[in-house]
Amino acid sequence: MKATFLTLLISAVYLVHQDCWNWKISDPLIFGFLPIGLAYHAGYSILCAILMAILVKFAWPSHLERAQDEPPPQNPPSNH
Amino acid sequence: MIPLTVICLYLVAIAIIGSFAFRRSQANTEDFFLANRGVGSMVFFLSLFATNMTAFAILGSSGQAYRQGIGIYGLMASSSCFLIPLTIFFIGTRLWAIGKRFGHQTQVAFFRDRWECDAIGTLIFVLTVVMLVPYMIISIMGGGRVLADISKDMVSYPLGCAIVALVVTVNVFFGGMRGTVWVNILQTSMFLIFGAIALAVISHNLPLGFGEYIHKIAANPKTKFLVTRERMSESYFWSYTFIPLSSIMFPHMAIMCFAARRVTAFKRTVVLYPLAIMAIWLPCIFLGVIGAFLKPGLAKPDGVLLVMLSDYAPPILAGILGAGIISAVMGSDTHQVLALSTMFTKDLFAHYGGKDKYGERGSVYFARAFILIVTVVAYIIALLTRETIFELAVRFAFSGFAAMGPVMIAALFWKRSTKYGALASTLWVAAWLVLTWYLQKISDVSAPKPGAPPFIIFPELANVGLGHLFERTSANVTVFGFLPVVPMVLGSAVCMIIFSLLTRPPTQPTIEKYFSKQTSETLSARTVSESKGIAVASNESAGMPRTPNASRGSGAV
Repeated sequence: MKATFLTLLISAVYLVHQDCWNWKISDPLIFGFLPIGLAYHAGYSILCAILMAILVKFAWPSHLERAQDEPPPQNPPSNH
Repeated sequence: MIPLTVICLYLVAIAIIGSFAFRRSQANTEDFFLANRGVGSMVFFLSLFATNMTAFAILGSSGQAYRQGIGIYGLMASSSCFLIPLTIFFIGTRLWAIGKRFGHQTQVAFFRDRWECDAIGTLIFVLTVVMLVPYMIISIMGGGRVLADISKDMVSYPLGCAIVALVVTVNVFFGGMRGTVWVNILQTSMFLIFGAIALAVISHNLPLGFGEYIHKIAANPKTKFLVTRERMSESYFWSYTFIPLSSIMFPHMAIMCFAARRVTAFKRTVVLYPLAIMAIWLPCIFLGVIGAFLKPGLAKPDGVLLVMLSDYAPPILAGILGAGIISAVMGSDTHQVLALSTMFTKDLFAHYGGKDKYGERGSVYFARAFILIVTVVAYIIALLTRETIFELAVRFAFSGFAAMGPVMIAALFWKRSTKYGALASTLWVAAWLVLTWYLQKISDVSAPKPGAPPFIIFPELANVGLGHLFERTSANVTVFGFLPVVPMVLGSAVCMIIFSLLTRPPTQPTIEKYFSKQTSETLSARTVSESKGIAVASNESAGMPRTPNASRGSGAV
């Protein structure tokens, strides 16, 4: 269930990148100077950060953390 | 003069940091290439970002915005905000775990072991080097060009290239990965704040507000395209979402993933990554558009930010901002040189017996000698060759690395994938690179001007209904209106699937090594025992044959 929801979420974020509705317009200017097409994608960047935070929270590959506790592959160290 | 002095001070600081790193170094490849896999969380983020971002993020982005307008942000930056952190999350973390458990230091070493085949690793090595070397050379060229522009030719282009090559060499030669990541802390901090400072300073010194300029640009039919995407086709825009898949496949990015101390370092990195991309690209693209209005007709649009800084910023600030640009150049260049050195040392020298003959210390000497040679050769090529040749090669390299993405995904997530699948994918990518290069060359003379409709390369194909198969826009060859990266990535995935299903899978021990949890636990137990000096004879009794790297770690990744 969780995997399905996250897959759909990732797909949805990918789809809204293609903002065809903003293609030929520049108004309104967000904050009085950012054309809508640019402001939309700035917002999209923030959305991507939120998506990644959600993935870290709910889909973190915690099984990989076991490798942290294993001794590193050692080469014979020798100082200069 | 002031900007040049600030930049020189910055370059000296970088060389000093490299020499400090040298004092901490050990004479083994694990330390030299990966800083003993001990890079902490925040440093990992700063360093990975510096590895990824080149001068293009500052100069190229503003130059492209000068030519094409705001659409460049969605095209290149926000698509990267989506895909790069995603690939770091799914692929980077797995690479880290594999490196930690089995001791791999390069992608090629992993591919060789995963598919039990030297040849496939060597083939991918060759393709990777062919695609990476132009990138490294163009970084040196870019650095030389920036130094010459900022100093208003007080530093000549050849001298600028020499300075960049020298500082990079000193930093990597002495410091290895440790020196590189330490320098990255300074570099990334500088170019992350570059955009905000540039925007604030230039805004303060302009006679009108930004909003008024944007209104004027939008009101003029000749410049309106700069604040919309009316000259950008939707298929072209969509095609570009495949390009950021290349990021994790660049060897310097993958090798950085091996260097993290803990996998948790990736958590902060993937969340901050889109915000960091925005912090650099958004102001640069916006200023590029404003620059197109204020400084029309520049012969070198990529220099628009330098022109605006020179006209609207005090000299000392222009110097600091110039150092920010140089940071972006060298941050990635040092990692590219180090990655090439790592690959030649581990995938060729050590793999074909050099390490057995000369030991770890000998491998590090080889790596350092290689760094010297490769930067000298790159410098000479940078002086003798036109920049456009490498610009083209680098554009192809992004498509090529993106199309190798399915190979990595299959290696990590698909047990059934085989060396023949990987071979077919790699040959597919190589063939497309050659084809695209050829089509680009034969269509150069008839390339349409920006904004004009595309030109059909083979009109005779219209007879069989394939008239739009290959077209040429002002800058690119397209395939049915899409960038070549689309058929390259999709075809690579199809090749991997079909040829893997048609051929014999890797042996069970290899599959268990990389995918089985039971094997993971057994190997873990053995690793702990071996670390205590206990001879373990239970390998065979656990039903698991000894593999060359097995004693180093374990696990389903």
